[in-house]
This record gives sequence, structure tokens and C-alpha cells, in this order.
Amino acid sequence: MSNIPKELKYASTHEWVRNEGDGIFTVGITEHAQDLLGDMVFVELPEVGDTVAAGDDVAVCESVKAASDIYAPIAGEIVEVNEELEDAPETVNNDPFGDGWLFKIKAEDPSEVEGLLDAEGYQAVIDED
Amino acid sequence: MANRTPLYDAHVKAGAKMVDFHGWDMPLNYGSQIEEHNAVRNDSGVFDVSHMTIVDVSGIDAKPFLRHLLANDVAKLSIPGKALYSGMLNEQGGVIDDLIAYFFSDESYRLVVNSATREQDMAWINKAAGSFKVTITEQPTLGMLALQGPKAEEKLKLVLGDEAFAAVDGMKPFMSQQVGDYFIATTGYTGEKGYEIAVPGDKLEPLWDALLNVGVQPCGLGARDTLRLEAGMNLYGQDMDEGVTPLEANMGWSVAFEPADRQFIGREALEQQKAAGHAKLVGLVMKDKGVLRHGQKVIVEGGEGVITSGTFSPTLGFSIAMARVPATVGDTAEVEIRKKLVTVSVVKPSFVRNGKSVLV
Repeated sequence: MSNIPKELKYASTHEWVRNEGDGIFTVGITEHAQDLLGDMVFVELPEVGDTVAAGDDVAVCESVKAASDIYAPIAGEIVEVNEELEDAPETVNNDPFGDGWLFKIKAEDPSEVEGLLDAEGYQAVIDED
Repeated sequence: MANRTPLYDAHVKAGAKMVDFHGWDMPLNYGSQIEEHNAVRNDSGVFDVSHMTIVDVSGIDAKPFLRHLLANDVAKLSIPGKALYSGMLNEQGGVIDDLIAYFFSDESYRLVVNSATREQDMAWINKAAGSFKVTITEQPTLGMLALQGPKAEEKLKLVLGDEAFAAVDGMKPFMSQQVGDYFIATTGYTGEKGYEIAVPGDKLEPLWDALLNVGVQPCGLGARDTLRLEAGMNLYGQDMDEGVTPLEANMGWSVAFEPADRQFIGREALEQQKAAGHAKLVGLVMKDKGVLRHGQKVIVEGGEGVITSGTFSPTLGFSIAMARVPATVGDTAEVEIRKKLVTVSVVKPSFVRNGKSVLV
């Protein structure tokens, strides 16, 4: 059984979103997603300052098994990326909801986050797979 | 329901993620594939390979039969227990399977073949046996473990005890010895020293437990794949199959053309191909970020090829691959990765041996 924190929002493509206040949202991939991918070997992150639309492929998580696109769950501007992952991609495996975060977005419209899945809705997505 | 080895419950107990592998429920990893890989390179690891098929060939025609069946020549084997690697080919020279043949006497041999090709193999062997006076016996009740790594010897000694271990002490690569219930061979699929041990099914779990108790890391199919690829060893169905000859799969060394009068199956086709020229299997190395993957297109001097196996190499820290390309290939190639062309180096298809890089 995979851990799905209640306080986060989710995209059906297995990203999670945490509200950091001031319209800033942190994005990562879920425990379930990292488990499917296996040991991470490279993480390709967007550039700070990039403007992204919801659904854009903005990052790549490459594991021993496959390369997987990571999609922006909401529209906005990339304001920070997790540079630690450059040397320690395995952090995404070890702490997907914490130190393994990928990037932060300043939302164009913070209410867009309300349209994402809650923990229960994301659980249903996993169960369908 | 999928087939299960006698160790199914032991895998689950050890935290394995189980996956389907050609009709067998096998462990993919026990947490981290990379940690398992590193354990084999630096210490020791154990794999359940009980899904592999063991076939004994006996009878007064055993030797002439295998000299006809296999591309390598079992006549090279004269010391009881000695083994060799060979392709088993069809008339077109295509690889039906790759296997290890163990010699006990001119009338007694053992073959260890792939599980994925078991049915075709058995049908082919039985058909090829024709009028040869041989008995072909599958050994489905034998399980098998692969204990691999620089500390494999030390761990096996701990588990067997000094007296039993003396029977295999100092055994050269590609040798084997029956020690009580254990058939112990110095073979493997990792590029490290180690053993493959065939054991009666009911004795398998005690041996597995004993190895884990002395600190041997259980390893799954994931680590098995990255280890064999670093070692430059082919995976059947991926790097070669019935439509590919040994010459096109870096297995030319395992084809014994001499003596010239030995009529093995596929010989004529290979001789024609040798004269006409053929594609070859090379190694690729990419030090840029990214991972080379099976199926990616490779552009070389004089044509195009394809990656047959690709991965991130945990030992080297960058990506490696095997690719089948036209023989005109130069020192570099371009690989199409996620719609971009990336330049990679072309090397011999062998990357790591005994824990160390063999790249120049």
C-alpha cells in the first residue's frame, strides 16, 4: 500500500502539489510513481524563469527502467528547481514527498489547484491501473 | 497461474517485488536494483535462477550428437566437469538458444538452457536426436542459485564448511563438481567470479537461507540485467534470436569452424554469411546525461542499426548499450534519444570485468 498524504493535491499523471503560500506550489512525483519507475538515475529539471502551461512536459525522471515525462500540474512560472537531485537522483526514491521534490511554480491562477485530485481521488486512479 | 520456483515464499519474505518473466513469477528487486548490482560488484549476491532448464544428455552417441547439435565443439572438453558456452542454431544459422554444456564423459553431458525458450529447445533437441542413440532427460526437480561476486568464494566456504568446500577450492572458471546434493559450477552471468549451483528443489530454500545468513545480498532480475550488460553478455530474445546468427551477435568466438569436417547444424549458412559479410554487435558508451535504451535507432558510417540492449551502468556511472550495426561502423555513432540525435562512442561490447571498467 502506497503512502498518499492527505494534505497534498495530485495529478492523474502521478505528480503531487503542495501549497507553500503566496501562490507558490511545490511539485514532485508520488511514492507510487517512484516505485513504478524503480531506481532513479537522472532527473532533468526545467529552467528557473520558464513559463509553463498545465499539462506541458517540463521535466524527465529517468530510472534504470524507463524515462518518464513529468507534466506541469498547473500553469505558471518556474521559480525554483531542486538542484540537489543533480548529484543525488535517488532522493526521489527515498523521500518522494520531501527532499525529493522537483520544482516550484508560481501559479498564474492559484485556484487552478482546486481542480486537481485529492488523496482519495488519486487513490482511485492508482486502483484503476 | 504463473510458474513459481521453490523460493517463491522466500522471495516474498525478503521483500521482493515479483514480476512475470516468460510465465514465471520472479523477483525484479528486493528494494533497490542498484544496491543489489553494487553488492555483486563489491561483495556478493545471490540470484534464484531455478526457472532455467537443465537437460541431461546421455548414451553412446551423446558426444557425436552434441557435436552435430551445437555450434561450439564439445570435443574440446576432455576434463570431467569442464563446460563450454555455445549457440544452438537452426539450418539458417539463427540462434534457437544459447546454453552451457557440461562434460562428464563422452556418454554423459548436461545442458543448461534458457527458460523462455524451453519448449522450442526441447522440441528441437528431440527432433535433432533422430537416429542418434541418446537419452534426453529434463531435470525439472532441480532448482538453481547463482552466487556471484568477489566474496562469493568466501561465502560459499562459510556455508559448505571447509571439508565440502575443499572439493571446489581453486576450481578454474567453467568447471563443475558434484558435492553431495550440490552441483557446483564456476559459471555466471555477471562478469564476476562466482558459482551456479543446481540443487534438488527441497534443498534450495535451506541453501538460500544459509547464504542470506552469512550476508549475501538477494538480487533480482533488474540487477541481473545491468550486471550482464556491463559484462557484455547477450540476453536471448533481445540481443539475438532465431533471426540472428552468432556472427551478428558477438558470438563468433563460440562457433568452432575447425575441424572443417564437423557438420553442425547451421554451418553452411554461417560459412556463406562469413564470406558475404554481415552486421555486427558493438558496444556503445554515452557519457552525457540520459540512458540508451533497447530499440533506439543508431546511425553509423554506411547505414543504420539498432540498440538491442541499453541501460544506465551503475558501476561506470553513465549509460552503455549493445547495438547491431553495419560492419562499416566507425569510432562514433549517433543515437536517436527522445527525438534528439546524440553522439556516442563505439567500443567492444564489454564494459566491466571483476568490478573494474575495461573501457580504455
